[in-house]
Amino acid sequence: MSRLKTMVRNQHGVQPLRGGHALCQGCGIPMVVRTVLSTIDRPAVVVNATGCLEVATTRYPTTAWNVPWLHVAFENAAAVASGIDAAQAALRRRHALPADTEVAVVVFAGDGGTYDIGLQALSGALERGHRFLFVCYDNEAYMNTGVQRSGATPFAASTTTSPAGLESFGKAQQRKDMTAIAVAHHLPYVAQAASTYWHDLSVKVERAAAVDGPAFLNVLTDCPLGWGHEPRQAPHVIAAAVESCFWPLYEVVDGRYALTYEPQDVLPIERWLEGQKRFAHLLRPESEELRNEIQLTVDREWAGLRARCAADAKGARP
Amino acid sequence: MAQLKDWQELPPGGLVTPADALQPRTGDWRTAGRPVVHYESCINCLLCWLYCPDSAVELDGSTLSGIDYDFCKGCELCVEVCPTGALVMTEEAA
Amino acid sequence: MIAAEPQLLTGGEAVAHALRQIEPDVVPVYPITPQTPIIQTFSSMVADGQAHTAIVNVESEHSAMSAAIGSALAGARTATATSSQGLALMAEVVYIAASMRAPIVMAVGNRALSGPINIHCDHSDSMLVRDSGVIQLFAESAQDAYDLTVMAPRIAEHPDVMLPVLVCQDGFTITHAAEPVTLLRDEEVRTFVGPYELPQPALDARHPATRGPFAMPDYYFEFRRAQAAALEIALDVIMDVAHRFELLSGRRVGPYEGYRLHGADHVIVALGSSAGTVKDVVDELRHDGENVGLLELHAFRPFPARDVVRLLGGVRDVIVLDRADSPGGAPPLAAEVAFALRGSDALVRSHVYGLGGRDLHPEAVRDVFRGRASHYIGVRDGDECPA
Repeated sequence: MSRLKTMVRNQHGVQPLRGGHALCQGCGIPMVVRTVLSTIDRPAVVVNATGCLEVATTRYPTTAWNVPWLHVAFENAAAVASGIDAAQAALRRRHALPADTEVAVVVFAGDGGTYDIGLQALSGALERGHRFLFVCYDNEAYMNTGVQRSGATPFAASTTTSPAGLESFGKAQQRKDMTAIAVAHHLPYVAQAASTYWHDLSVKVERAAAVDGPAFLNVLTDCPLGWGHEPRQAPHVIAAAVESCFWPLYEVVDGRYALTYEPQDVLPIERWLEGQKRFAHLLRPESEELRNEIQLTVDREWAGLRARCAADAKGARP
Repeated sequence: MAQLKDWQELPPGGLVTPADALQPRTGDWRTAGRPVVHYESCINCLLCWLYCPDSAVELDGSTLSGIDYDFCKGCELCVEVCPTGALVMTEEAA
Repeated sequence: MIAAEPQLLTGGEAVAHALRQIEPDVVPVYPITPQTPIIQTFSSMVADGQAHTAIVNVESEHSAMSAAIGSALAGARTATATSSQGLALMAEVVYIAASMRAPIVMAVGNRALSGPINIHCDHSDSMLVRDSGVIQLFAESAQDAYDLTVMAPRIAEHPDVMLPVLVCQDGFTITHAAEPVTLLRDEEVRTFVGPYELPQPALDARHPATRGPFAMPDYYFEFRRAQAAALEIALDVIMDVAHRFELLSGRRVGPYEGYRLHGADHVIVALGSSAGTVKDVVDELRHDGENVGLLELHAFRPFPARDVVRLLGGVRDVIVLDRADSPGGAPPLAAEVAFALRGSDALVRSHVYGLGGRDLHPEAVRDVFRGRASHYIGVRDGDECPA
């Protein structure tokens, strides 16, 4: 059965996230949510950090969720998930839950609730080894509050709190490598994925959901409003990120790195920059130095990642 | 327009179940037409189903059976990803 | 009921024993003085298999309360403990735990809020969350701390309440001081507390529920109104649980305790261990023929306003002792008492004492009764003439 048909079947006739929510026309987030929840073949409980997904899907008295769902606050989704994981283990131990079913604990958080304000709770939960899947839908800024810069915003991107202007070229700092931060917690499974590379994402979800411990997925997700592109251009915009190696697709299994996708012809960074209004100022002639800097950084990091993957494939690391 | 509940009618903690929820008809967000399925060209690849942010692509089993225009916001992603051109943006029905 | 032998236990150890006997499913913990003896003692008990509780060593108090919400709403009985800065850090989540109606039991070792940083007792930490919608019970002694903790799950989990219950005891004065404490038998506590039953727990995927919604101005106010109603009902529930606890143990720790109120012209109102000091002074002064008394409150939230009016409405001189201040405004307990007694014949005076662990001495209590104490009791003040 094809992967998509399996995902349809896993839903058992009920969409985990249904229509009638207030996410933007063409929002990139629901595809990630539905890919994740339809790939996991057992029931799931969702913990959602404050952000676009949470606010837009649960305005009282509506809910777009057909799965158990909790929202507590912005920075603590991983801590709430820790509590649910501990509860499930405790209840199973004293036979208070049906023996045959294990409920998957899944966190959805934006980059703000992962890289920045959510970092402490996430780090603690990863270190304690809870059984849960943390999915960051990384659209590279605080979108729900109006496109403010986060620790995930790329260098030189224009946001409302790092605007490009006469005396500013946008965000002055590099993005954090959140995937590397997760790897540093010695997890069984970490991966970087992208929303429209859904097959790759689904395979990763399957692997993540199978581990006995924490798993972290960092999923590049488009925001038509915040990035400045037509919603229907999403597949092309995300493709530019992946094919230019700005956002490589890879996984780290018990500390061993492996690419899950290698572009045949690496696109120059301009292809990634040109589709989005947040980078428009970088395409001017006077921004050549900035473009070169971005290209150099991408090249260096891509080379480093390939070398790491090659070394790990050879078994050079214990 | 649904009647707003009194405080005594609220479930403790504001718990909402899918059955009790009142989903707004976000289909009225559309301004530039609606996607229409040309079934003769549809190969049931299910990409439109996956891409739709509003879960508006309806299936019968794993066969495309329609678009839920109550919730489709007209983002055109389904049209963009359809490999056979079976989905076409069309003027709203009268 | 078999009379049990009292043991010498600190307040911290006593609460650990209560937790051992309640045996919550999950206890997230993060250390902070002076609550640490509670979690350390309890951790040792769990390590020795005396309780089968999953202790989650979270990385901050904010995460402790967050994990507690996840656990409690997943259907597992949950407890935690904190003090001072920890309570301040988790304050955001305490409000949310109350609004999400999570019946979490939390032991609080009352300690002053920074700054300056101070590890000793006052009630400023509890007062920080007085508007959060949680239930707050105050112990006078290690025995009270044990008793209130045993009662707490039945109060928290009552279907019409479903709110967090904070069992507060004075840091160091009670948490670290050993007193004779009579424990109930393990089976007695188990029976008294009973099972935790939550409708539609988050782990029940067959009955999915959305918890923690976003509410616009058209609904938020109704949510808050409903929470207020739960706190009103909670007062009756506390009375009922206290009554049932009294039948089991012979000890009554209800929402309030009147001490020698009969015919009193001057009554002190207080929370916490200082109530014990006041009782000693009341006995002394009564012996000398002075008509003084004490109204000790064990429940601060919900505030037993009707009982305060009934007991103090006709008292000429009501003196409220606050172990917390609200600079620029009225101290918290004084504000509650004065508001409750509005329109009555009582005249209310107010003092602030004991901030940052400054002891309240019996001589000071005598001065209070006689109207000779400064507003800030015992503060070294260059402007004041020595007594």
